[in-house]
Amino acid sequence: MPVTDNNYSLYINHKKLSVDVPPDMPLLWVIRDIIGLTGTKFGCGMAQCGACTIHLDGEAVRSCVTPVSRAFDKQIITIEGLSADGSHPLQQAWAEVNVPQCGYCQAGQIMSAAVLLRENAEPTEQDIDDAMSGNICRCGTYLRIRKAIHLAAAIQRSGVRQL
Amino acid sequence: MINLKKILLGLPRWPKRYGYLIAATIAFFTLLNIAAFKSMSRSVQPSFSKRDSVMSKKAFLQVYKVLMSPRCMNCHPAGDIPLQGDDSHLHLQGVKRGPDGTGLYALKCSNCHQTHNLPGLHMPPGNPKWRLPPANMKMVFQGRTPHQLALQLLDKKKNGGKSIKALIDHVTKDSLVLGGWTPADGLSKPPLSHKEFVNAFNEWINHGAISPDPERK
Repeated sequence: MPVTDNNYSLYINHKKLSVDVPPDMPLLWVIRDIIGLTGTKFGCGMAQCGACTIHLDGEAVRSCVTPVSRAFDKQIITIEGLSADGSHPLQQAWAEVNVPQCGYCQAGQIMSAAVLLRENAEPTEQDIDDAMSGNICRCGTYLRIRKAIHLAAAIQRSGVRQL
Repeated sequence: MINLKKILLGLPRWPKRYGYLIAATIAFFTLLNIAAFKSMSRSVQPSFSKRDSVMSKKAFLQVYKVLMSPRCMNCHPAGDIPLQGDDSHLHLQGVKRGPDGTGLYALKCSNCHQTHNLPGLHMPPGNPKWRLPPANMKMVFQGRTPHQLALQLLDKKKNGGKSIKALIDHVTKDSLVLGGWTPADGLSKPPLSHKEFVNAFNEWINHGAISPDPERK
């Protein structure tokens, strides 16, 4: 809750942090430039590419167009907080399939895929299209992303954590 | 004062029973008319203060121009993909309606659309209620003729369960409807002002809520 006009408490990756920022500052700027969590990337700045995807109360929000005021009293999860030790099924699958090429879009890809797997434990090809078509990859790693999501779904269903 | 009985009975060379026959016929058709009108009122429920099919249809054609403008039609698409821009192209990013109209998985409307328009060309427009109609009542505007759309608007099974009063409230006060007249940068407004639109809508209803003829495009 606001303490002064521009001093706000945010809950990022299960930690409470206080920031002094204008309420219309994009959440991405706060996460990267104020708090220093640089795993989330700036791509287009207009919600068109998905590189900046984070979770806001569990939804895959585009942080480049989301004012920080929208995040007050909500849980923010970035790629750094998806799991404590990189053991999220998607992180395991991404490593196993060796998905990234340049890697720039991959944090956003994983955060979007995480919402898909939470809502649909056994996604079809169509489900993956429906969830992931808003995340652009210039390197064209789409086939590996698709393969890794299927693998992550299998890992999640088996309940086995490999790390 | 006109004395109908005197007139009827006084008609030269007409047997008395003809007078009763004419009076009975007039009474019968009067009752039939009242019954038919009441039946129509029950199904549509408007207050036909000035029933006039010509005026009603003419007013709806004004309403139709607004409903088919991109600001309204883009969120009432024929398919499950919302439309974008003044050319009403399919929404980029592969966004889909989803069961409740708020999108699917990582592509939910509010993931990008805020409660307000963001400044700048091609930035996401916003509204607290930004969404499509739900999958079980799609309320399609795209491709509908004036005749089809008028009937659809009046049909509670196709209009979101809205009564005539609720429809008028919706077009008059709903912030999502009003948002059409404050579009994001670079997007056009509907062809009528909101006041003109509401006036035309009320005229359509008050003159009988008559749908334009089927062949009218």
